[in-house]
Amino acid sequence: MAHAHKLEIFRGLVKFKSNTQKIWGVLIFLSIVTAIEVVLGIYKPEVLMTSVLGMKGLNWIFIILTIVKAYYITWDFMHMRDEKASLRRMVVWTAVFLICYLIFILLQEGGYVFDVYNAEDALIKRDF
Amino acid sequence: MDSTVASTGTEGKTWGGGNRPLGASYGKMMMWFFIVSDALTFSGFLAAYGFSRFKFIKEWPIADEVFTHVPFLHGQELPMIYVAFMTFILIMSSVTMVLAVDAGHHMNKAKVTLYMFLTIIGGAIFVGSQAWEWATFIQGDYGAVQTKGGNILQFGEYVTEDGEEVFKRVAVSDFVVAIPDARVAHERKNGLWFAEEGTLPNYTINEVYQGLEANSNLLVRSQIINEEGEKTVLTRAESLKQIKENGKLVVEGANLQVNEYGTSLFADFFFFITGFHGFHVLSGVIINIIIFFNVILGTYERRGSYEMVEKVGLYWHFVDLVWVFVFTFFYLV
Repeated sequence: MAHAHKLEIFRGLVKFKSNTQKIWGVLIFLSIVTAIEVVLGIYKPEVLMTSVLGMKGLNWIFIILTIVKAYYITWDFMHMRDEKASLRRMVVWTAVFLICYLIFILLQEGGYVFDVYNAEDALIKRDF
Repeated sequence: MDSTVASTGTEGKTWGGGNRPLGASYGKMMMWFFIVSDALTFSGFLAAYGFSRFKFIKEWPIADEVFTHVPFLHGQELPMIYVAFMTFILIMSSVTMVLAVDAGHHMNKAKVTLYMFLTIIGGAIFVGSQAWEWATFIQGDYGAVQTKGGNILQFGEYVTEDGEEVFKRVAVSDFVVAIPDARVAHERKNGLWFAEEGTLPNYTINEVYQGLEANSNLLVRSQIINEEGEKTVLTRAESLKQIKENGKLVVEGANLQVNEYGTSLFADFFFFITGFHGFHVLSGVIINIIIFFNVILGTYERRGSYEMVEKVGLYWHFVDLVWVFVFTFFYLV
């Protein structure tokens, strides 16, 4: 795959002339996303603090932006875009499936332990 | 010869060997396998962090109050700025790495050398920053009191800032009253020779209590997060009562046993996950240095391919990728 780089990002919306140019373009994009995260993290707008699907809206935004960043690091810096679909799927879906499973189990269990600790009739006292 | 070489009849077929089923070389594919397994390790750690956090969701430390320091700007509260800088450094070194890979494709030895060098510098700056971050975290800033139940009580006062009443933290060392009869640390030479004791805290609970009693503006803040997303501040009477009845240990800074910022699990996970990541960065820098010297010596020039740079690059980008997640889950969410 040495010399055949796909040079477009955002589904072809932006097309670069060379691989080097694409790298700088992706850097600018990643920096903007990080800057947005930092600004949101410092100011914490009141509107985004409401709960959406059991978590603060702001936290959802952070997680989504993180996955966006992860996508561009993998696809453009690690050249996943230029690999064969079979290799891409093998790596990505294995990780995505197992990680989702892990997160679901552990967070579910964490929430359950929280309920046990904090229920009306909880036997564990944490008031001191 | 014919009699010693077994003919399997699969030559030239799919499983006969010699072809590259996923269009990637052996080395690169193995690097991808390693990355997948390492990604699962890190997700295991981060999910365990999530587990503990969900377990103590009402009392977890607020990251913005913990990581507020920036080097050379002492005493200013600047949450996030320094970590954002570290993130940028790591992304930047990822860029120089990918530029080195690109130069390798064009067999441009001078450029590969330059970009590899810059990548190593970026990695070194990141590891150094992380060391500083750890040192600041271990040092602590305000100090707190740990209760018998292992909860953390912090101190502060209400001050009016820009017409708004805000709760400002006050350091323990600023209000304690020194009491001369404080206990001396036990040593083997002057007591039971078979018993040992670690360093005693700088202050005793009694000294803190006397100080708290003498300053009527001081209040205690508990770990519990209220509906506004802030830690609950106790009333004056309750503050005195809690310290007197339940205070057990004065804690300054953080280590694997105690943590002045809140739940001790927070410090444990912080040390473990950022430490494990920092170790990855360190080994990445070392591998980069080895490859850097190979580039200078012309090993890849002679080999006719800079694929080794590409493989180490994959590892380096992966380290950056992990940091993106650590950044989100430790500092943002």
